Amino acid sequence: MKLHNKLGRRLVIGVPYGWLVLFFVLPFLILLRISVTDMGAGVDPFAPVIEHVDGAWRLVLKVQNYLSIFHDSAQGSSGTGRTVYIDAYLTSLKYAFLTTVLCLGLGYPFAYFLARARPAVRPVLLMLVMLPFWTSFLLRVYAWKGILADQGVLNNLLMGLGLIQEPVAMLYTDVSMLVGMTYVYCPFMILPLYANLVKMDRLLLEAARDLGASGWQTFWLITVPLSRSGIVAGCMLVFIPALGEFVIPSLLGGAENIMIGRVVWDEMFSSNNWPRAAALAVVMIVVILVPLAFYYRAGSARAAGTQ
Amino acid sequence: MSPQDAISEKNLGRLWLAVVYLFLYIPLIFLIVFSFNSTRQDSVFTGFSMRWYAALLEDSRLVEGFFLSLKVALLSGTLSMILGCFAAFVLVRYLRFSGRTLFYGLVNAPLVMPEVIIGLALLLLMVAVQRALGWPDRGFITIVLGHTLLGMAYATVVIQSRLSEMDRAIEEAAMDLGCKPLQVFFLVTLPTIAPALVSSWLLTFTLSFDDVVISEFLSGPGVTTLPQVIFSYARRGVNPTIYAAATLLIAVVSLGIVVYSLVMLRRQKRLDRDISAAARLG
Repeated sequence: MKLHNKLGRRLVIGVPYGWLVLFFVLPFLILLRISVTDMGAGVDPFAPVIEHVDGAWRLVLKVQNYLSIFHDSAQGSSGTGRTVYIDAYLTSLKYAFLTTVLCLGLGYPFAYFLARARPAVRPVLLMLVMLPFWTSFLLRVYAWKGILADQGVLNNLLMGLGLIQEPVAMLYTDVSMLVGMTYVYCPFMILPLYANLVKMDRLLLEAARDLGASGWQTFWLITVPLSRSGIVAGCMLVFIPALGEFVIPSLLGGAENIMIGRVVWDEMFSSNNWPRAAALAVVMIVVILVPLAFYYRAGSARAAGTQ
Repeated sequence: MSPQDAISEKNLGRLWLAVVYLFLYIPLIFLIVFSFNSTRQDSVFTGFSMRWYAALLEDSRLVEGFFLSLKVALLSGTLSMILGCFAAFVLVRYLRFSGRTLFYGLVNAPLVMPEVIIGLALLLLMVAVQRALGWPDRGFITIVLGHTLLGMAYATVVIQSRLSEMDRAIEEAAMDLGCKPLQVFFLVTLPTIAPALVSSWLLTFTLSFDDVVISEFLSGPGVTTLPQVIFSYARRGVNPTIYAAATLLIAVVSLGIVVYSLVMLRRQKRLDRDISAAARLG
């Protein structure tokens, strides 16, 4: 019986562990390995790490791919001394940041009012947030293309109302990028905020009001600080996927809105430069780990603070 | 607080909710309206027509993509649910084993990794394996693997929260009554976490059915899922056939959600009735 139990335990741990090592850890080790090789000779997209030279095995690690990301070489120059890769990283950071700010600005009051709706209607209201989320993300992004186009619904509507005289260029600009990204990621901000705000102890708010705080003071001094963990979680859920966004820039972005996800794709499939694609991906992981580290530090600081 | 304050806050709240809901639903309304348009235009509604629905059925790429996506999503949803169930068990029940911290990190990592990186890393693995073993070719299997990797992470989160709320006394009672561990699992634990299993399956099915990035990296020649077909059409310009496909999808999802919530509501009512009946007896 004891033996049987031990075997079962090993199996239960072993199955998901083995799966993750095989299909998550191993791919990343390969990614790291390929990021430090040259492009291979001929059709081979990458060269071996270990070479057999003069009867001895030699480990070949090339940092060239990483240097070429940061350093201007003959090709890939954007004229300002920055490489196209750095530009793409900066563009990605810009859009991820602005999207996060917009989602928070739109989503926080939304989640706040949602949490204050009558308990009976809350499930329905919440379901209405989730419903678009369950229908294809791609199709919803595609719809914005028709709405924001020069001859699109929105321009026609604004011209019909006499607010503008000629169509405003919105598609393939910052506007369409930010509308699309805010639209897609808004539910990711709303849901953790709602979960946090709905649990908030209303007595604390009443106490603040009894002690003479105004509505705004109560909101800024009590509600917002208490919902910090919801804000942080929402921001992470928006910022990180937004950073690597691939579909929205492809559909709604113009030539200036190239983000790093697209660049990785192009290096891989257009330039066939696998080592550089891998190096770009590794740098991207590092960029993501920075906010994540802050997140976990904030989390552990909070845990320590409550003890 | 003066009454006037309360009223204005309430109105502001209603206004804000209405504006955001409008924002969330504008694209859906747009898709539905223009799927019935009689011309290819997407700025002016010129008249009602079903021509794009007819065109949809005749578009073999879309139809084939649909069936491929369905197969992929059924398989990867099921695999994700099973693997997520295992992983949730490990996280909730096995609090001490070597490598637990690493395991925790690995389970959650796909959630915070952009899909482009997951797709690229898996592609490199598949190429390496293909070179060494001559198998598998890029296509159905590799797409299912990619979707399952991501799906498992989501399934684990859903099942884990249900499992950690579960009352273990019921399982212990079953053990005391002579059940073997596997019997306890299938007769007690599984029925208790069943709603979470269903939700996790639905969620991972949808994620897979909707995914374009991982599929783009892992699909091979001649193998294109529905989102991939739509993506390639979408980049070319206006195509109301896609609006028709979208409208059908929206209809199916809305119907599914309504049915699901009715079932859940009925379950909850029955549960409440049973609990209050038990309370009266006690």
